[in-house]
Amino acid sequence: MEYEVVIGMEIHVEIDTKSKVFCGCKNEFHAPANSHVCPVCLGMPGALPVMNREMVNKSVAVGLALNCEISRWSKMDRKNYFYPDQSKNYQISQFDLPLCHDGSCEFEVNGEINKIGITRAHLEEDTARNDHTQGIGESGIDFNRCGVSLLEIVTEPDLRSAEQTYAFLNHLKQTLLYLGVSDCNMEEGSLRAEPNISVRPVGQKEFGIKSEVKNVASFSGVQKAIEYEFKRQVKALKKGETLIQETRGWDADQGITVPQRTKESAHDYRYFPEPDLIPIAVDEAWEQEIRESLPELPLARKHRTTEQYSLSDYDAGVLTASREMADYFEACVAAGAPAKLATNWITGDLQALISDAKADITNIKITPEQLAAMIGLIEDGTISGKIAKDILPDMFESGKEPKVIVEENGLVQISDLSELEGIIREILTQHPGPVEDFRSGKMQAKGFLVGQSMKATKGKANPKVVNQILDQLLNEE
Amino acid sequence: MSQEIIQKTAHELHDDLRSGATTATALAEAQLAHIDGHDDKVKAYLETWNDEALAQAAAIDDALSKGNDPGLLAGIPIGLKDNLVTTTGTTGCSSQILKGFESPYTATAVQKLYDAGGVMMGKLNMDEFAMGSSTENSSMQKTANPWNLNCVPGGSSGGSAASVAANEAVISIGSDTGGSIRQPAAFCGCVGLKPTYGRVSRYGLIAFASSLDQIGPLTKDVEDSAWALNVLSGKDPHDATSADLPVPDYREALGKDINDITIGLPKEYFTDSLGDDMRQKIETAVDVLKAQGAKVVEVELPHTNHGIAVYYILATAEASANLARFDGVRYGFRHPDAKDVKEMYTMTKSEGFGPEVQRRIMLGTYVLSSGYYDAYYKKAQKVRALIRRDFDQAFEKCDIIATPTTPASAFEFGAKSQDPLEMYLNDIYTTTANLAGVPAISLPCGLTEQQLPAGLQLIGKPFAEADLFRVSHAYEQNRGFDMGHAPIA
Repeated sequence: MEYEVVIGMEIHVEIDTKSKVFCGCKNEFHAPANSHVCPVCLGMPGALPVMNREMVNKSVAVGLALNCEISRWSKMDRKNYFYPDQSKNYQISQFDLPLCHDGSCEFEVNGEINKIGITRAHLEEDTARNDHTQGIGESGIDFNRCGVSLLEIVTEPDLRSAEQTYAFLNHLKQTLLYLGVSDCNMEEGSLRAEPNISVRPVGQKEFGIKSEVKNVASFSGVQKAIEYEFKRQVKALKKGETLIQETRGWDADQGITVPQRTKESAHDYRYFPEPDLIPIAVDEAWEQEIRESLPELPLARKHRTTEQYSLSDYDAGVLTASREMADYFEACVAAGAPAKLATNWITGDLQALISDAKADITNIKITPEQLAAMIGLIEDGTISGKIAKDILPDMFESGKEPKVIVEENGLVQISDLSELEGIIREILTQHPGPVEDFRSGKMQAKGFLVGQSMKATKGKANPKVVNQILDQLLNEE
Repeated sequence: MSQEIIQKTAHELHDDLRSGATTATALAEAQLAHIDGHDDKVKAYLETWNDEALAQAAAIDDALSKGNDPGLLAGIPIGLKDNLVTTTGTTGCSSQILKGFESPYTATAVQKLYDAGGVMMGKLNMDEFAMGSSTENSSMQKTANPWNLNCVPGGSSGGSAASVAANEAVISIGSDTGGSIRQPAAFCGCVGLKPTYGRVSRYGLIAFASSLDQIGPLTKDVEDSAWALNVLSGKDPHDATSADLPVPDYREALGKDINDITIGLPKEYFTDSLGDDMRQKIETAVDVLKAQGAKVVEVELPHTNHGIAVYYILATAEASANLARFDGVRYGFRHPDAKDVKEMYTMTKSEGFGPEVQRRIMLGTYVLSSGYYDAYYKKAQKVRALIRRDFDQAFEKCDIIATPTTPASAFEFGAKSQDPLEMYLNDIYTTTANLAGVPAISLPCGLTEQQLPAGLQLIGKPFAEADLFRVSHAYEQNRGFDMGHAPIA
């Protein structure tokens, strides 16, 4: 019997609000333990939460980007369970009336458009971080993360392969980065993805028994966990075993999932409406205001980039991988650079420099206008492409205008016919052998002579002119 | 002389302080001496802040001598219920689980009192976590009723009511979740106000039931209640449920006629369960209002008989979550013998919480549990909406609803503590105002045959505290008798 895998995702995103979701404490990852805490996020007696408006704005932006309906009236609820990483022993979350619901998301898999249903996106608060490294019998709790703005996105079980899930997660991350709502840093836990996985015989309509996999630290981990679960579940079914609904943990070192908790032992969270907060009422005007502030989203931007600049699908994809790179590219073109040349330079040499420097395109010294100016210098024959490659690192380091670097280092291309003719005649005299070879029909000997000419001019000779002169002189005599 | 000074009201002392008839220091010293002389019998205070109070009083005197106005309640001795957090002293909710807790911040309402120049005398006893109607559920001490030391002061703000009745504070602050200001005010013969939900910030009030809790003053007369509400009210950015509405000067409502007022008598409150003595007290009080020009009509509050049930479902549900944070992890009592996290939770809570608190946490946990939620919590929410609608409809016919505050006057220690249900019935006339979120006040309306105070409850429209004060003041000024002072005062 053939089986197929069915996957739905639960994704937690830490929303990049300046302060935590219910108090004024700074939302910052790298800080000494318990340095961003107050009576509210520590759950001190009598303290009350107040909703962060920026959290609502950014969550609605995510909802709109995922084509969700935005609730005109939504509320917060208390999710009750005891654990030391929760200062109140309940988490303020949303139960039956999420802020965003019934959406969908289109993403590309190998050039094909796929679509996934978005069940809901709801607001909640993050928990503290338990630290069990203190010593035997001692645990510490860092409450800096407690109360950090968290958005939980839940998808429909619409995914059918590990590869498709991987593509969706990357697209979702790209979208969140475009929206500027999260840094999506998986290592720091600001993006956490948990797959719900089940299998069923191909053709069967009913879903199988699902397992939920936790503790996955990367998208490739999600992919591997799905592949592992698919095999495990199919194997069990083929042996005639009955699967149970359970939560399993991903062991990245061994590449396996291990049982954590069954449905029977699941918590009764005793949700009820949070009486300390007033309902969230996002009216049409508020929603519209957020809708108008949304940036162009990745797929649309990629499509437009292809069309507007006559670029290949591949080039457009690389350029629009991040909003910042796409912005850089468009600024460069706006400053006069031909689109294809700008693409080559940005995705080639410039990207390599950025990667080597572990920098970010938003904070490099070389501006899009400077890059356009450099491309302009090649185009008008002032410098050769070779020289351009040489001066780009200088521009990257110093932020100097390309023209200044060219002038300071005397790198202007020699295109003057008489000057070059003198130099080339000299070279022909010095290398009678290759000259003979050429004249006896060995055309490749010309390459050597071009090379010698460039070397003599320290690369400044205009290669086109060198060729012209060589042709002329070699055929002359 | 000192006996006289501590018997005065805040508005009288306000004038004395400005005329030079007394000083804040003299007043604070007299107040502390009076507490020292009486509280061994009443046991209202859990702790007094002598040094801090005298330092505050000295600062007030200094300001007054320089011609500055240090605020509406400058120099007035004020007592605080033990569930209002303060950076001064400790805040323990009269519970072993929080005993000795030093708060890193001060409740907004208390800060407003400080800002108005109030001199804080200390913390007052209460039923543990405000759960109770007699203050017998305090894990710290038993507070007595100054009118009869064998009787309870009511609860949960029993210490607050007793301190005012015994002249151990000029004003005390309490909290009211289902009657916890009004019932002890009625038992102790003082004026107790539960403002509209949202009128006073709850930030820093240790929550019992968040959707019902409201802070309010217990005072010697109606005018002091209006003065106190002036200070306590207003929007607080730290409390999302505090109302963003202007705060009128409630003092302006006092002394005006009540010819335009219609008083509604809900027939559901005047049934057989109300004793004849108490019924007669209320009827006499209503006659006073009638004589002052108010119209009186009968109104209906048809869902009244569900009030207690709805209240005990919703209040315990919220409490079960609100009290979850007392787990021994971050503050308060942690059982020393616990060997792991689960033991820390169970042993800490089992030993730290008293029996009534444990009973209510279990009740609340039960009504929220999967499979019971719809039958209890959800249904109770629906009935709460009906109770609210009852009031809306009644207020189409009247401006103020008059009822007894309690079915009977104060009872003796131990009389009801063995039967939780009978204890709960003490709140039968008071819980609905919390469920509907409307303001209500209890006024002394004479002494019963047992020589114990009786309480008249007036309930107003949301945020119509000014009307409540106007009618209350008209009653107080014209009731034709002086309540006098409690024997221990």
